[in-house]
Amino acid sequence: MPRPALRPAARAVRTAVPVALSLAAALALTGCADKPTATAGSTAAGGAGGPITVSATDTACTLSATTARAGTVTFQVTNSGTKVNEFYLYAEGDRIVSEVENITPGLSRELKVEITEPGTFTTSCKPGMVGDGIRGAFTVTGTAAKGSADSKVAKAIADYKAFVASEADEFVDATEEFVAAVKAGDVAKAKSLYAEARHPWEAIEPVAESFGDLDPKIDGREDVIADGMAFTGYHRLEKDLWKDGLQKDSSAIADQLLADVTEIAAKSKTVEPTALSIAGGAKALLDEVATGKITGEEERYSHTDLWDFDGNLEGSRQALDVLRPVILERDPALQQALDADFKELSSLLAKHKTGADYVRYTALTEADIKELTVSLDALSEQVSKVPGVVEAT
Amino acid sequence: MSDDGLSRRRLLGASGTAAVAGVVAGAGTAYAVSRGDDVSATGASTSTTTPALALDAAIPFRGEHQAGIVTPAQDRLHFVALDVVTKDREQLRQLLEDWTRAAERMTAGAEAAPGGLVGGGPNRAPEDTGEAYGLPASGLTITIGYGPSLFDDRFGLAPKRPAALQDLPAFTGDQLDPRRTGGDLCIQACANDPQVAVHAVRNLVRIGFGVVAVRWSQLGFGRTSSTSTAQATPRNMFGFKDGTNNVKAEEPEGLAQHVWVAPDDETGGGAWMAGGSYLVARRIRMHIEVWDRTSLQEQEDIIGRDKKEGAPLGQAKEFDTLDFAKKGPDGQPAIPVHAHVRLAHESQLGGIRILRRGYNFTDGSDGVGHLDAGLFFLAYMRDPEKQFVPMQRALAKADVLNEYIEHNGSAVFACPPGLKDGQHWGQALFA
Repeated sequence: MPRPALRPAARAVRTAVPVALSLAAALALTGCADKPTATAGSTAAGGAGGPITVSATDTACTLSATTARAGTVTFQVTNSGTKVNEFYLYAEGDRIVSEVENITPGLSRELKVEITEPGTFTTSCKPGMVGDGIRGAFTVTGTAAKGSADSKVAKAIADYKAFVASEADEFVDATEEFVAAVKAGDVAKAKSLYAEARHPWEAIEPVAESFGDLDPKIDGREDVIADGMAFTGYHRLEKDLWKDGLQKDSSAIADQLLADVTEIAAKSKTVEPTALSIAGGAKALLDEVATGKITGEEERYSHTDLWDFDGNLEGSRQALDVLRPVILERDPALQQALDADFKELSSLLAKHKTGADYVRYTALTEADIKELTVSLDALSEQVSKVPGVVEAT
Repeated sequence: MSDDGLSRRRLLGASGTAAVAGVVAGAGTAYAVSRGDDVSATGASTSTTTPALALDAAIPFRGEHQAGIVTPAQDRLHFVALDVVTKDREQLRQLLEDWTRAAERMTAGAEAAPGGLVGGGPNRAPEDTGEAYGLPASGLTITIGYGPSLFDDRFGLAPKRPAALQDLPAFTGDQLDPRRTGGDLCIQACANDPQVAVHAVRNLVRIGFGVVAVRWSQLGFGRTSSTSTAQATPRNMFGFKDGTNNVKAEEPEGLAQHVWVAPDDETGGGAWMAGGSYLVARRIRMHIEVWDRTSLQEQEDIIGRDKKEGAPLGQAKEFDTLDFAKKGPDGQPAIPVHAHVRLAHESQLGGIRILRRGYNFTDGSDGVGHLDAGLFFLAYMRDPEKQFVPMQRALAKADVLNEYIEHNGSAVFACPPGLKDGQHWGQALFA
C-alpha cells in the first residue's frame, strides 16, 4: 500500500496558480540600480508578418512588436550586451512556452514558437542567466489550427479503460482461487497462488486505490494501517500463511477479502481517466517500486516482492503504451528513451526468474539491488517527463 | 520570483564580476577572501593591490585550467564518484555536453536549466531541484575528472588514456573499502554554502540517471588547505594547521612544475591532458578519540609543528623555514625523524610537492560511540606516480601518525584542462 501522496487518481487536477508579476511589481523592477527597461514599438507581427526582433543588452530588452497573431511566431534575439543572455516567452505562472539560451555577446539567435490560442504572455531577457529578467507583456490574438493529438488522446483513454477492466476481472478471478485455497486449509496451494493473485492489482493500483478504505482493507500492511483499523486483507493472510499458520478467523478474513476485491474491481471500471492521470499513474507505479518493492518492504513474510515489482512495471508500461501515439507525435525522442529504458529494466528483472517464478527478495545481493535501482532511476526520470508532454489535451 | 530576489542577484552578479577580475589577473598577485558584507567595497577596490574575493561571488567556469583547483579553497565540498552504466558511447558524450551546460549555469548562480524552478508548468517535474534558488553563486566550482576505468574497452577510449593515469598501488596499512574506492568519473563541487554544493551534485547526478550512477560520495564541511597566500591556514580534525607549505595560486612556476600537466608530458592519445591535473582522493578516517588523549608534546612531535602557531618545531612562526638539522635542548632533532612534516617535506622527497585541497569530514558515528571523522584528502598534481606515490610510500612506512589514521577510500582521476568559449567536456575525449 502506498503513501497517500502517491495516489494520482485521488488528486484533483490542479490549474496553474497565477504567480505572474503584477504591473506594479514589474514597474518596481525597473527601479534597480542599472535601470533595466523593457520597451517595444506598437506594431503587431505574426506568422506572416516576419520575425519580431529582440534587441537585448545588459540593461534593456527591446521588442519590435508586443503583439502577434496566433500561429508560428518568430523572435530574432540579438545580444548586444556584455553578458550571456537568454530570452523567454512565459505563459501565466512563469510557465515557459519557449526559450532560447546561451546567446553570447554579439550573437543573434532565432526562436520559433507555435501558439494556437489567444492570450497574454510575458517576454523576458535574462542577462547573466539569473533572476526574473527584464520583462514585458506580449499579446497573442486569434487562433490557429492544432495538431491531431486530440483524437489520439481520446483513443488512449478508451484503451486504458479497457486495460483496467481486464486487469480488474483477472484480479477477482485470481482472488477467488486464492480465497478458496485458504478456506480449504490448503496452505501450500494458497502460498503458490498468493503472488500471482496480487499481480493484476499491482498493475492498476493507482486507479483502484482511490476508493476510501478499500485499499487498506485489501492491501494494508500491519505497520501502516491507520489507528483503529483491523489488519485484514492480503497481507494478513500472507502473515498467516508464512509465519503464524492459519488462524480461527482466517476463513472470515478470506471471505471479506473477496467481497472487497469484487467491490473495488467494479468501481475501478467506472473511473474516467485523463491523459494526465494515466501518465501520473505510470509514474506512481514506479514510485511504488522505488519505495516499497525494491526495498523488500511490501512482502515481508512471503518475500514475493519481485512479483509486485513485475506487476507495477507492467502496469506502468501498459499505461504509457496507450499514450504512445500522443508521445510519438509530440516528443518522439522521449518515446525512444522510454522504450529503451523499459526494455532494460524488464530484462534485468527477468534475470531473477527461475522458470515461471521469481526468486525471493531475500535471495537478491546488494549488487542485484543496486543494478535494479540504477535502471529504475533511469526509467523513472524519463517517465516523469510524460505528464508534461501529454498535458495539453 | 520577487523583485527583491532579482535586485539581490543582480547586485551580487555585478560585484561578482569585479571581484572575479582579481582571480583572472591574480596569478601573481594576492587577494583576500571576505564575506559578502564586503561586496560593495569589492567593486570599489580597484585602487588597492589586494582585491577581495567575496564568498558570494561567481567564479568563472571557463579558462585555461578548470576552476576548483587553484581557486582559493572554498569552505564546503560535495564530492561524488560515478560509474558509467550505459554501454552507449553517444549517451556518455551527450551527458558530458549536458553536464557542461548545467555546470556553467549553476556556477553563475542560475538554475540547472532555464526556468528550472517553475517554468515547466504544474504538470512537469521541475528541471531544477530548487534548493539553491535565490542563493548567490557562493563561489561554486564544478571540477570533473576521469578515472582509469573509463579508458577500458567499453567506449573506445583506451587510445585516449593518458600514460600517467594509472590505478594507485597498494600502500602499507591501506584498509580500503571497495564502496569508497575508484570510479569512472568524479565531480568535485566546492562552494562557500553547503546547500549550493549539494544542489550542484544532486542536479548533475539527476541529469545523469541512466548514463551514470553514483558509486560513492563524500561531504566535507571545512577546508583543510589554503590554495592562496591570502587565505589563513585552516586546521584539520587533529586540531593542527594543515597545508601551510601548500603549492599556492600565487606561485606560477610552482604550479607549472608540480600541478599542471605540460604539453610534453603526454604526447600520444593522452595529449588532451595538457593544462589538466591529476587528482588523488583518499578518505582518511582519524581515530580522533585516541588522538585527543595524547599529550600535547606527543601530538606536536608526531606532526612536527607547534599546535598554537603552527610553527615548525624549533621555530617561532608558522611560515618559518623548517630546519631539520636543528637540535632541541635534549640534543635530539627539534623536528623528530619520524615527524609528519619531515617525511612529507619536499627536501626529503627529492623536491616533490603537490597541491592539497582536502576537507574535514564527519559522517555521523560508527556505531560503537566514536565519530566517523577525518580528512578527505584531495590533492592535485602533474603525475601521481612521481608525486603522490613516493610521498605516500614514505608516509605509510614511517609516519607515527599512522597509529591514529586509516586510509579507507581511494581514487585517482585525470582532470582535463579548462574549457574555452563554446567547448564542452565531451569534445576532447570523443574527438
